[in-house]
Amino acid sequence: MSGRSASRSRSRYLIGASVAAAAVVLSACGGSSGGGQSTSANQTITVAVVNNPQMSDIQKLTADGFEKSHPNIHVKYVTLDENTLRDQVTKDVAAGGGQFDVVMIGPYEVPTWAQNKWIVDLSSDASKDTAYDVNDLIKPIRDSLSVKGKLYAVPFYGESSFLMYRKDLLQAKGITMPAKPTWDQVAQIAGQLNDPATGMAGICLRGKTGWGENLAPLDTVVNTFGGQWYDMDWNAHLTDPAFKDAVNFYVNLVKTDGEKGAGNFSFNECANAMQQNKAAMWYDATVGASVIDAPGSPIAGKLGYAPAPVKDTANAGWLWSWALSIEGASKHQAAAWTYMSWATSKQYIDYAGSKLGWAAVPPGSRYSTYSNPNYQKAAASFAKPTLDEINSVNVKQPGTKPQPYVGVQYVGIPEFEDLGTRVSQEITSAIAGQQSVDSALNKAQGYAETVGKTYQ
Amino acid sequence: MATITAPSGAPGPPAPASAAHLTAAEVARNKKRNRIRRLPLLPALIFTVVVTQVPFLLTIWYSLQSWNLLHPTTKHFAGLDNYKTIFTDPLFRTALLNTLILTLAPVLLSMLFGLCIALLLDRKVLGRGFLRTLVVSPFLVMPAAAALVWKFTLLDTQFGIVNWVLSPFGVHHVDWINSYPKATIITVLTWQWTPFMVLILLAGLQSQPGDVLEAARVDGANSWQIFRFMTLPHLRQYMELGIVLGSIYLVQAFDAIFMITSGGPGQKTTNIPYYLYEVAFRSFDIGRASAMGVVVVVLTILIATFALRTISGLFSDEGMEGRL
Repeated sequence: MSGRSASRSRSRYLIGASVAAAAVVLSACGGSSGGGQSTSANQTITVAVVNNPQMSDIQKLTADGFEKSHPNIHVKYVTLDENTLRDQVTKDVAAGGGQFDVVMIGPYEVPTWAQNKWIVDLSSDASKDTAYDVNDLIKPIRDSLSVKGKLYAVPFYGESSFLMYRKDLLQAKGITMPAKPTWDQVAQIAGQLNDPATGMAGICLRGKTGWGENLAPLDTVVNTFGGQWYDMDWNAHLTDPAFKDAVNFYVNLVKTDGEKGAGNFSFNECANAMQQNKAAMWYDATVGASVIDAPGSPIAGKLGYAPAPVKDTANAGWLWSWALSIEGASKHQAAAWTYMSWATSKQYIDYAGSKLGWAAVPPGSRYSTYSNPNYQKAAASFAKPTLDEINSVNVKQPGTKPQPYVGVQYVGIPEFEDLGTRVSQEITSAIAGQQSVDSALNKAQGYAETVGKTYQ
Repeated sequence: MATITAPSGAPGPPAPASAAHLTAAEVARNKKRNRIRRLPLLPALIFTVVVTQVPFLLTIWYSLQSWNLLHPTTKHFAGLDNYKTIFTDPLFRTALLNTLILTLAPVLLSMLFGLCIALLLDRKVLGRGFLRTLVVSPFLVMPAAAALVWKFTLLDTQFGIVNWVLSPFGVHHVDWINSYPKATIITVLTWQWTPFMVLILLAGLQSQPGDVLEAARVDGANSWQIFRFMTLPHLRQYMELGIVLGSIYLVQAFDAIFMITSGGPGQKTTNIPYYLYEVAFRSFDIGRASAMGVVVVVLTILIATFALRTISGLFSDEGMEGRL
């Protein structure tokens, strides 16, 4: 090789090496992102929220409803989808970044985050403020956001899960929905309603990857089929017959009578499919009713509601709340509480009701919402089923067997964020027909065993 | 360490023969002057070292820790445990294989399409400038925006244009993204990187001297012979450049995977950058993520060196030396 070409290849080698080094620099710098802080009287608080419809509503109402009466507090929203929100927010609180002041989390995060002091105890702020009326917050939801009696997050909305169905379509086929349907009955009805010619799916179920996406409804099916993730000794049971039956049932139901392309579907996609006449039933969060049965929805008024379908348990609904909490590293904690106590107050619910229509207000957070005559009228069809479902949930033992963790549609341990995501990837793959349920669960069992060992 | 380093006043290596007539004092003075002359470069050098090497050293340090952000109290020195985990992790091997496929296929395909389009654009046609702009546009669209257009506008099961266009041919509601995940990602990346190859190859084509081609034609060469024995050898260095640059960028492909498939279904489209993201920001295992970063850097340097040597070797016997 001539000297010239040797030096050329060396300089290329250096380019290659420095590009590679730059890649590492990028991967190492992921954690550093500081938020701008202002020390003047005018404060900007950054609020991270998930991109569901009620959160879009509050963003529209903040300027007139809050900033006008609090001219020195400016609210900046960061709206992200559920998976990305979790990635970003967890990274920020765990590293003490202080990029966000107010973060939207749920019952899964509260226990660990409170223990690590990543979020602030709100008990005294909330109980001092008599207008806020902390006892008006629905008890199962409030309990799920508390640790040892201390409140760490305030619910923006609360939800369980139930079955939403098109009354008109069932009637046209002469089908009646049982008052407390079983999954077998639901599968049968879905088969009757499924109509490939018009593109109408019998039922819409989440297939998208994410522990808060497809695993949420799937885990409620697992619970009521008698399956469980771990026994009291932290042995994983994902390949047990009950677990397998449940997953097979769910995957087959989506494949035969579910929406096409289910691997991309979650809450928002299913809500869309319902409104576009592409799905006849939908098993999902109770808050879905406030989206598809609200004024402006093309199918408003055509919907019926049934409790979460069951098999071996009396109830099967999940419990979740999108709640606001203050990051421990936030430098604007007083302003953050001022904002939160507005966003989760009775006043906000009144305000949103008057501006957007009562059916669309954030549900499941306050008893007063359910005793409000305006709401009772607007949400007549789904108000009571929602409240009943929330009250029926047992977060300590949702299935048929005792479990060493808290949680209905999730396993309340920090590792579940990763474990759940991996398992849900396998499930999505099975739904997409890329592998069998058996092969998905065999892999999932391996992941779960590794995590379980650290608790034994 | 200080005892090993030679004292600064010690005599350097013997002066070269051409400088033999200089006295020792003059040599020392020259050296000192040279050192002072280089002094202004020092800030830039320090800056470069800090910017490029410190994060890397930090990453190596992190990679030796057992450090999970979700368990802030359990941070401790773990030695090579993280590396052991990586090399016994079947998902890492899957990701490695996926990275290989999702890099090679788009690079080669976009090179092929790029060559065809560049040859067409090199002809004198009406509106050539306009056509060129159209062809280049996919490269100018933000990757995240392009990924969304592919995901929802083109490939959506219910409302996608592709399904609509194919519906007369009996294709109904195909879930392209989940049924053909790798092919989807390869298609999107190829679509995005073909213009890049076109630009590079077009520059190559336009630098080809016209008189040589004319001479070939006078000598009786047909179009295929001109392409095979004149144009292609001339283009090879441009193709080499395109393949190297394309590979360097596509190895890091993240946007399309994150937006369209999220690495799924299963691990079908999880490449190393996406897997690293998952380890760092889903399981928050900073130690393991850093160790993966280090492994990837070592592999990249090895492969880059090997590939570049091979490519240089390929071309040195083509008589291309003089042109570079």
